[in-house]
Parts: sequence; C-alpha cells; structure tokens
Amino acid sequence: MQYLSGIDDHRTSTGLDNRKMLMWAFLGSDVMFFGTLIGTHLIYRNRNLSGPQEEILSIPITTISTFVLLMSSLAMVLALAGIQRGNMGQFRFWTAIVCIFGSIFIGFQMFEFTEFAAHYGLTPRTNLFGSTFLVMTGFHGTHVAVGILWLWSILFASYKGKIHQGNSLQVEIAGLYWHFVDIVWIVIFGVVYLIGAYGAEGRALEDAHHAARAVGIG
Amino acid sequence: MAANIGILKRPVSTDGVWGWITTVDHKRIGILYGVSAFIFFLVGGIEALLMRVQLAQPDSTFVDAGTFNALFTMHGTTMVFMVVMPAGAAFFNFLVPLMIGARDVAFPRLNALSYWLFIFGAILMNFSFFKAAFPDVGWFGYAPLTTSEYTLSSSTDYWVLGLQIMGVGTTAAGFNFVITILNMRAPGMTLMRMPLFPWMTLIVSFLIIFAFPPLTIALTLLLFDRFFGTNFFDTAGAGADPLLWQHLFWIFGHPEVYILILPAMGIVSDVLPTFSRKPLFGYTTVVFAGAVIAFLGFGVWAHHMFTTGLGAWATAAFAGATMAIGVPTGVKVFNWLATLWGGSIQFKTPLLFALGFISMFMLGGLSGVMHAAVPVDTQQQDTYFIVAHFHYVLFGGSIFGLTAGIYYWFPKMTGRMLSERIGKWHFWLMFIGFNATFMPMHILGVLGMPRRVYTYSVDQNWAGLNLFVSVGAFIIAVSILLLIINIVRSARKGEAAGMNPWAGATLEWAIPSPPPHYNFAVIPTVRSQHPLWDEEANAVEPPPLPAHGEPHMPDPSYWPIVVAFGITMVAGGLLIWQANTWLGLFVIAVSGFIGMRGIYGWVFEPVAEESAERVHAHH
Repeated sequence: MQYLSGIDDHRTSTGLDNRKMLMWAFLGSDVMFFGTLIGTHLIYRNRNLSGPQEEILSIPITTISTFVLLMSSLAMVLALAGIQRGNMGQFRFWTAIVCIFGSIFIGFQMFEFTEFAAHYGLTPRTNLFGSTFLVMTGFHGTHVAVGILWLWSILFASYKGKIHQGNSLQVEIAGLYWHFVDIVWIVIFGVVYLIGAYGAEGRALEDAHHAARAVGIG
Repeated sequence: MAANIGILKRPVSTDGVWGWITTVDHKRIGILYGVSAFIFFLVGGIEALLMRVQLAQPDSTFVDAGTFNALFTMHGTTMVFMVVMPAGAAFFNFLVPLMIGARDVAFPRLNALSYWLFIFGAILMNFSFFKAAFPDVGWFGYAPLTTSEYTLSSSTDYWVLGLQIMGVGTTAAGFNFVITILNMRAPGMTLMRMPLFPWMTLIVSFLIIFAFPPLTIALTLLLFDRFFGTNFFDTAGAGADPLLWQHLFWIFGHPEVYILILPAMGIVSDVLPTFSRKPLFGYTTVVFAGAVIAFLGFGVWAHHMFTTGLGAWATAAFAGATMAIGVPTGVKVFNWLATLWGGSIQFKTPLLFALGFISMFMLGGLSGVMHAAVPVDTQQQDTYFIVAHFHYVLFGGSIFGLTAGIYYWFPKMTGRMLSERIGKWHFWLMFIGFNATFMPMHILGVLGMPRRVYTYSVDQNWAGLNLFVSVGAFIIAVSILLLIINIVRSARKGEAAGMNPWAGATLEWAIPSPPPHYNFAVIPTVRSQHPLWDEEANAVEPPPLPAHGEPHMPDPSYWPIVVAFGITMVAGGLLIWQANTWLGLFVIAVSGFIGMRGIYGWVFEPVAEESAERVHAHH
C-alpha cells in the first residue's frame, strides 16, 4: 500500500458512472417486480372461469398501442443522439415525441380499462383475471407515467440550461429506463395478450369438440 | 443554481440534533442504524422473555392466547427486520467504505433515505400497539389468514405497511452498496483483494435487490385485497390459490435467511485471520462459497412448504437443492478451521464470539440438513425442533457473529477499547445461556411440543424442560446487560485504542480511530490482500492532509428525511382512510405532495454556498 497524491477521487473502479450503474441495478431488480406480477397472472390463468376472461383482450387495438410504444423507443434513441451531438433542437423535438407517444399509450390503456368495465363489468374486484390483469398492466402503466413525468422534467430543465450536451448522461439514464419499460411491455403483449387470446381460442375449440362428442357428432 | 426550486437552504452545520437528522456521512448513518437496531433488540428480547415467563409453567395465565400471538409475531418481525438486518446495515455503513478505501458510499443522500425509511417503517408498525393492537399473524403473515375475511383488526394493515416501507429502504440500501463496492474501490483494490466483509456485503446487496421485490409485490397484493377488495388471496370466493402467498413470501424468505447470516460470515472471516496472525485459508473458495450459497438460496424456498403437498418431484428437487447448500457452507467452515490451524491464536473477546459463531452455526446448519430430508421435516414441521434450528442459525450464527463485530470494531468506531474482562464474562454467560435456552428445544420438539402454542397442560410432561429453557433465556438477558454496561463504561473511559489495536491487515486500521469525516486524507493505493501486513511501508503514519486542506465531502441534506416522511405518511393516510375517507384522502394528497416535492428538491439541490466557495478556492 502506498499513498500517491494527485489521484483523481472521482474516477470509478469500473469506469462506469455510478448513476448509470444504479439504473442498471434498478432495472435488474425491476425484472423481479414484473416477474412476480406476470408469474401470478400466469399461475391464476384459467383457474376460475366465472366472469370475463382473457378472450375479451383485443389483439388489433393492443397491436396499435404496442406499435406506438415501440416507436417512442425509436424517438428516445433519436433524442439521445441529438443531445450527445449538441443538437438541442433534435433532442427537444424527439423528447417531446417520446412524451406524446407515451401518453397515447396511456390513453389506449385507459380506453381499454374503461371499455372492459363498461362492456364486461371487469374491475379488479370482479374475479382473479380482473385482479391479476389490471394490477399487472396498471403497474406497467404507472411505470410509463413515471417515465413521461421524468422525460417531461428533463425537457423542461433543458430550457433552463440544466440539461445540455455536457450532462447528456441524464438523458441516457432516463432512456435506459424508457427502453426497459418498452421491453417489459413486449413480454406482456406476448405472454399475456397473444398467448391469452390464443389460449381462449383453443379452449373454445376444445369446448366445441366436447359438445360435438356429447351429442354424438364428433 | 442558487435560485433553485428548494424552499430549504442546504444545511451546512453537522452539530447537534440537526446535524444527525441531516447527516449523509456513512459513519454517522452506521451509528444511527446500530443504535436503532440495539434498541429494537431490547424490545424484541423483552417480547421473548414475556413468552418464556408464560411458558415456564404449565397452564400458565400470565398472558392470554391473543397476547401470546402478538408476542411471537412481533418478536419474529422485530428480530428479523428491525434488529439483524439494520445491525448488518450498521456494519455495512460504517465499515465498507473504510475497508475498500473510499470516502463515502456512492449515493450518500440515498443512504440517509434508507435509514429514515427503516426507522419510520419500524415506528409505524409498532404504532399499531396504540391504535389497535400488536399484529398477531406471525412474522410470515400467511394469506389467506391475513385477508380481511379472517383478520379484521387493522393491526395487520400496520404490519403490511410498516414492512413495505422498511423494505423500500432496504432495497435502496441494496442498490447503494452494490454500486459502492463495484465502483468506489481505491486504486489497486481489485475485487479479489477485498476483505471478506465487503465481499459478503456485495453478495447480500445483490440478494436484497433480487429477493425483496417478490415480498414487495406480495405485500402490495395483500394490501389491495385488504383495502380495495381484489381477489388475489380470496380462496373461498374467487378460487384463489391458498399457496400463492407462501410461494411469494418464501421466494423472498429463503434468500432473506442468507441476507441475515452472510454479514456475520463476513465479519468472522475477517476476525479469524487477525487473531490467528495468518491470512484467511482459501480466500478464493470462501468468496465463491458465499456466492454459491446466495445463488442456490433462490432455488430452495419450497423447503418451507414440504407439508403442503407440492408433489413428489417438486419436493425431491427442493430437498436436493437444500442439501446442496450444505456443501459451500461446509467449505466455509473448513476454511475457518484451517485459518485457525497453526496460527498464533490470541483469545481476545472478538475471537471468542467468532468461535462461538462457528460452533453454534454448525449445529444450526446440521439440524438444517436434517429437515432438508422430507420425511424428517414432515415429523418436525411446526414443532420446537424448528424453533431450536433457526435460533441456532440466527442467534448462534448471526447474533454471535455481529457481536464479534461489535467487539472487533468498537475501537475503530469510538477510539476506545471495550473491556476484555467484562467481554469474556459476556461471552461465557451468553454462550451458556444460549445453549441452555435452545438446546432443550430440540428435545421438546421431538417430544411433540408444537410451535406458537401459548400454554400446555401438566400431563404432557414438557414442564421441566420448559422451565429450564426459561431460566436460560434470563441468563442471556443478564449477558446482554453486561454488554450494555461494557459499552457505556468503555465509551467514556475505556483504554485509548489507537489506529490499529488488533494489528489488523485491512484498510480501516490505517486511519485514526474514530476516523475523520473524510476517512482518508489521501486515498491509498492497494497492492495486496493484506495491505497492512505485507509491506514495510505500512509502518509509517498515514500522510498528513494535503496543503489545500480537507477533502470536500457531500453537504448534509434535509431532503432524505422529508422524502421518507412523505412516503410514510402516505401509508398513514391509507390507514386513516379506512376510518375516515376524506381525512385519509387529504393526508394522502398532502404527504404525496411532500414526497414528490422532496424528490424534486433532492434532484435540484445545490451544494451549500460555503462549501461551493471552498471548492472554488481549490481550483
């Protein structure tokens, strides 16, 4: 051991910024939050068939909202590229697009929730599907809302000169979060919506077979 | 920057009560954790003694069944979440930055937030005593028992919300220590040169950030069931799975066991080399054994559920995985013994507690392997044999290990030595009292005495052993009294410690005791695992402060306690909401605003003006 004067205290051991590493660690942990909710949903799938089930999920409408969310990730990439090159105009334009697309996604989700309640009477209290589906997607929607608030704050701060090319890392970290929330949605869209709708169809087919056999025409 | 959106000026003073409330210094936060954990240790201990008074005689009426339920619930919850975890956090905070050669943790204000969330959550849960009653649903809070269908009392709501808030604080601390250890090491302090205690802290921190989310979600689902009428645990009405809670809880709960024991293992792995005067035997294998224990710890949760009928294949797989954990644990024990082998052993108090740890933890580990075997577990489930087992692990293991840490590092924390004479009395009384308390519980368990019963009749023939156990518990209490006397006396007039009273090898011994608030005047460069043993150069005093004066440290901040208060009062608002909807909503809105305001204040907080000038002068 020796003491060398003039060592830069602010250099990190890995060279990675502390805040960026914190975001990666948080996202790793967040996987467990979503994993628990999605796991609970899958365990409870088809467990109690009273009341509305996953066949009420609309694949066409959710495909559109998924597409909008994915495009918001593209906008996030362009916003970060903008601020990293010092092009504040590009950064502000695309950050605003991210916020708008994110809000459109939230709008779709609110439409979905209210439609389910109005047409099928589905609330978190209705049955197991209502509890697991609405709490899980609601948790994801909350993540999107936090992301919008965060990016909106960054956009606002950039007009006050607090966000600039020199600390584009702030935007990069928010971007990591935003992309993660998108990726989680792709998992939910695949595992909950697509498999759910397919499963419901399969169940209907199976029921038809049983019915046909029961009356002797199968 | 000065025209920030903050309403509070950034504090500069570190004096007095405000200095402690606004502190972001890892050493002060460590002391806050330590003192809080010790106070709760006394609370949890009194709860245990009350249970032992009740059980000392058959057909006793000292407390009734309901009170007994509350006592074992709060004893378990307190000891796990308000004693062993924060005691571990106390050592993480005080020592990890010193041992890796850093000036503070990666996120000092987040560190303060973790502490305030812990203490507010703990206070909120205990506050239920004044509003309703103590929670009485067991420390594991099994649903559907805890749903409002079966437990109307709002004490369960306090339990859920208090635990949730403490969990958020713990998870934040987990992130902080992962980043600190990976990113804040001194030059030359490679991962494989780190002492074992920071290593185990790193592993525990990873366990925390991956194991707490399932608990957080499980508590959220239960909260939604109780407050908003969702169906997650509604078995009778909605057909929910009665085992869902058990799975989610133990997916958290088993890694939690390693969160409780690995810090003690880290302490012991650093105490043994110092008092054997030789390096830790098989350093690399001890490190990797810790990592393997943590990894396997995520795949054994269902051994808490062997009697629930999971099916032969699942049960067999979990039994196999559980037994497999015995291997890395055994690797550690053999390495500790080999460290002692051939060493010049000095029987100081820290070493006595470390040896107590090894022997008692061994016994707990062995009975653990016993009920990893499913047929044996089926016999022992919910008997006193299990109570004996986990007290050998958590008291014989964690508490003995943490006490070794107290005696080892008290000189570093205060600059004064603890009395060796009282220390040895403390050790032998605690060792004898511990075994007198928990060894007979094995026998009681095999004789069929169930856990959690509030009394038993005289013809069950458990009276003699139970009386013996209760006497043992009071011997432990006397030994703790000796510890208090030792700390109070030594803090005032103990022998001065100097920088390195035990001739230790690691970096924390290279600086004054107690350390200055900036820790290292000049950050050291590390060249080996034992920087203070390996190089002659270490005989020299640490260099004086550089010409430009003290290193700049982060300023104190009000925001951590403001944010923690906002979060806690949102939970308080939820509790009020049950009795008074509008008042509850009002409290939630106001505290939510305080919390959000705190976060924005935090993000845009400037450095204090005085120190801004100081920094400026350096450039």
